[in-house]
Amino acid sequence: MSLQDFINDAISPWMNNEGNDSDIVLSTRIRLARNLEQVPFPTSQDQASQQKVLQHVEQEFNEQSYESFKQFQLVKMGELEPIEKRVLVEKHLISPNLAENTETGAVLISENEQASIMVNEEDHLRIQLYYPGFELSEALQQAQKLDDWFEERTRYAFDEHKGYLTSCPTNVGTGLRASIMMHLPALTITNQMNQIVPEINKIGLVVRGIYGEGSEALGQLYQISNQMTLGKSEEDIVEDLKSVVKQVIESERKAREWVMQQSGIQLEDRIFRSYGVLAHSRIIESKEAAKCLSDVRLGIDLGLIKNVSKNILNELMVLTQPGFLQHYAKKSLHPNERDWFRANLIRERLQLEQYKN
Amino acid sequence: MQCQKCQQHEASVHYTQVVNGQKKEVHLCEQCAHEEGYMNFTNESLSLHHFLTNMFPFDQAVNQQPKEQVQRDQGMTCEGCGLTYAQFRKKGKFGCSQCYETFDSYLNPIFKRVHSGNTEHVGKIPKRIGGQLHKRKEIDQLKKELQQLIEDENFEEAADIRDRIRTLKQEIAESEKGGDA
Ligand SMILES: [Zn+2]
Ligand SMILES: [Zn+2]
Repeated sequence: MSLQDFINDAISPWMNNEGNDSDIVLSTRIRLARNLEQVPFPTSQDQASQQKVLQHVEQEFNEQSYESFKQFQLVKMGELEPIEKRVLVEKHLISPNLAENTETGAVLISENEQASIMVNEEDHLRIQLYYPGFELSEALQQAQKLDDWFEERTRYAFDEHKGYLTSCPTNVGTGLRASIMMHLPALTITNQMNQIVPEINKIGLVVRGIYGEGSEALGQLYQISNQMTLGKSEEDIVEDLKSVVKQVIESERKAREWVMQQSGIQLEDRIFRSYGVLAHSRIIESKEAAKCLSDVRLGIDLGLIKNVSKNILNELMVLTQPGFLQHYAKKSLHPNERDWFRANLIRERLQLEQYKN
Repeated sequence: MQCQKCQQHEASVHYTQVVNGQKKEVHLCEQCAHEEGYMNFTNESLSLHHFLTNMFPFDQAVNQQPKEQVQRDQGMTCEGCGLTYAQFRKKGKFGCSQCYETFDSYLNPIFKRVHSGNTEHVGKIPKRIGGQLHKRKEIDQLKKELQQLIEDENFEEAADIRDRIRTLKQEIAESEKGGDA
């Protein structure tokens, strides 16, 4: 796997597998924050110690293989073009914050891009693992194994009472952030998210949605994750999140059924209008694209649209972001040009679907 | 409406997030929203940054302390990284693991607020640090299970648990005798 592979494909290989409840849950992420013992955190801005961490990771882990993750490749921020970094951000392999650290920032990426370990982000190591669909227990188990592999060759900063020590007080303890990305169009359309979100928040979980002008979330995508990292075991954190996500999945399924019963033809109309927009428009803003993609994805999940693959939402959401657009255009684009280019790209992608079938 | 970040472009992304029951509204232009990593798992800085601005619940308590003490505390410096307490307050980030000891007496109120009242880690322990610690924590856990099993009158399983506890205690005693703790 080379840097070019990481950058050229919008879809990471792991995204091609279908996970549990994939009609509603797009992906599962586990992140562990870790620091090396007796080395100041990257937040201290001490270049020498960040170099030390980078050297350690390069020596011990670059081009090393570990179980099903296969080989890891170290990519240094300083060696990337701005657009290349942007592409890695849009693929969620690195954070915007890491992209800015051109001196000592790096990322260790597994062959199938399922695991990426950011080096010298806010913490020395940020171990991230993605799974398609709803796969929390497996994701946690694999993340723990990866963490053990690192620990074999690394001494972590750890305190008996406070657990894994992190730069930010919000991560101390387990250093674990478990997140689920959900597509919740029916709950959004029926205005139920307004009630569900506060309920979820009461039990210490965080819901993030991206809102457009109205009350509908952009792309109707929501991320649910744990807030607490101290005072709860990793297993309990994941179990609690799991039980909430299960309830949300149930509610979304019920809401989809209800909408189909109550206003099936209106829903069908909305879905096919959106399909029409994606298939034929010449200029499209990212917000409109997100809405239409969400509708089309719902149409696929409800069996109304056939012969289009489910992955299209995930793929085009990534592909139509500014970094990828410019990577494909092989030049930087003005916002207006982007809208034009975005429309082209979506049309081409949908045509490709038809040839496939 | 103007973008809150660059104050230049029209805000087109209106972002609502709720953290521990507190609703925050964010209005950004497309460019800034992207830079902030919207629709992006890997960036938590936006939500956490907002969260951190509310993280110091003890401002009032500090204000009630004598002025000299407040000044002394603000100037308290971590030997590991040189971070002062005032800087920590401002950034909301530690500079090194020693900061946790240096500012110890101020941290529990923060941890409690962020972690629903908790101040003690109960999760994973690195194997090479915590051989004994693992065992001691496991014993604590097993004792709780034992209690429950006895209450449920499940004596067969209780006996197994009791054996397991005995083995763990022996292992700890032996390795302490061997001195490789
Ligand atoms: Zn802006
Ligand atoms: Zn320090």
